[in-house]
Amino acid sequence: MAATLAAEPITGGFSFENCRRNASLEKMGIKPPTAYKTGTTIAGVVFKDGVVLGADTRATEDTVVADKNCSKIHYIAPNIYCCGAGTAADTEMTTNMISSQIELHRLNTGRTPRVCTANRLLKQFLFRYHGYISAALVLGGVDTTGSYLYSIHPHGSTDKLPYVTMGSGSLAAMAVFEDGFKAEMEKEKAMKLVRDAIAAGIFNDLGSGSNVDLCIITKDKVEYLRPYDEANLKGVRQGNYRYKKGTTAVLKKEVVKSMFEVVKTQVKTTKPESMDTT
Amino acid sequence: MASTMTSDFAKPDWLNAEHETGTTIMAVQFDGGVVIGADSRTTTGILINVNQRDRAYIANRVTDKLTKVTDYVYCCRSGSAADTQAIADIVNYHLNFHKMDSGEEPLVFTAANVFREMCYNYRDSLTAGIIVAGWDKKKGGQVYTIPIGGMITRMPVSIGGSGSGYLYGYVDSNYKDGMTKDECLRFTANCISLAINRDGSSGGVVRLACITKDGVERFLLTGDEIPKFFEDY
Repeated sequence: MAATLAAEPITGGFSFENCRRNASLEKMGIKPPTAYKTGTTIAGVVFKDGVVLGADTRATEDTVVADKNCSKIHYIAPNIYCCGAGTAADTEMTTNMISSQIELHRLNTGRTPRVCTANRLLKQFLFRYHGYISAALVLGGVDTTGSYLYSIHPHGSTDKLPYVTMGSGSLAAMAVFEDGFKAEMEKEKAMKLVRDAIAAGIFNDLGSGSNVDLCIITKDKVEYLRPYDEANLKGVRQGNYRYKKGTTAVLKKEVVKSMFEVVKTQVKTTKPESMDTT
Repeated sequence: MASTMTSDFAKPDWLNAEHETGTTIMAVQFDGGVVIGADSRTTTGILINVNQRDRAYIANRVTDKLTKVTDYVYCCRSGSAADTQAIADIVNYHLNFHKMDSGEEPLVFTAANVFREMCYNYRDSLTAGIIVAGWDKKKGGQVYTIPIGGMITRMPVSIGGSGSGYLYGYVDSNYKDGMTKDECLRFTANCISLAINRDGSSGGVVRLACITKDGVERFLLTGDEIPKFFEDY
């Protein structure tokens, strides 16, 4: 009965209560504000001893670059990381929530979390929201059973593959992978391949840009390289438009002594002015 | 999916596309087991504009659409990848429980009906066409088809997915009762490769599996191994 008198307190999570209102406002011609969309290139490969995850660092808001150096490789567990594409807020929230669940699971079981567990939690979470949570993820990690890489789509479908790409630059990045991927690569080769794939996204996709971030996960070590590579280094200015010293001739120099001297100093305290509240 | 939406909410773009719209899946029953087969293409629902023409992007070219449900029951998935994966996971969970509860291997009929229950109850929000196939000691090899509305039918041979439209004639004229396991495997491989060659949203490799009392045998046909008998004319 209480529910009819007072609204239940919001317990957390997502709220979709304004969806209908927004839809009717849109029909009236009012444009909704646009969310930060990470028009993105993210990718990952499995190599001999683990996985390499990569991401660009551009966040866009419509046609404006909102952040030139944002972080798209999210932490899930010490041995699991996750790249996110789509709405920045959604990828951040989803990975944070699943990271927290995985940590509690780790504490409960006392075991290193497995990648397939994170994958299952993510896909079941996204499936519940029918694709309205715009999070396209590349999940990678190393656990007791091996190295794994998953791509997770906003509707909750997942694929387990040796190399994956996501985001608006995924086509450019996949082209690089399809050309250069080999099974059981050395770490350096895998890093170069992922760098090249992300760079292909940065240069060929308008939604991606700035730097390349890499995260290399192996059995007992994680290297989070941010930035790994600055694909768009600013050039050095070639010309100089400043006048050389001495261009204007100095005709005369004169030093004049000030007429005034300090006679007395005094420090006074003043009451603060009261705010005008009329 | 669109039919379930009551108002046009701000639609997210390319990323939010549903997956696995086109498929070719198949199952054939024989004395002592079943043969199942599928292509391996997963396409994004939203099309990408290239040269003023909309093209689908292949999200995964080596997908495994033959999904294990129990040791002796597999399902062939068509429709939305997210929906069918979720259903298969839930049915797998239920049958695991059922197996522990009864202490016996779940019947194919039981498995198929758990699928049907999901597909029928959630028919307004699911896009899933599933073929359930497997072996049990009561009825041997069986094939059950569950199309989009959540109906269930037992058939000796069943085809599904967008590629199946190109196959009805071939299946009707070439399927014969009493084929051996090898004949069924060849027949299925032929069907999948025919569909791959005609259906734009089917492609990749041919995945086959054979389920008998001895368990599951899996086959993979790539490149030159994919039948091309229809090209000799």
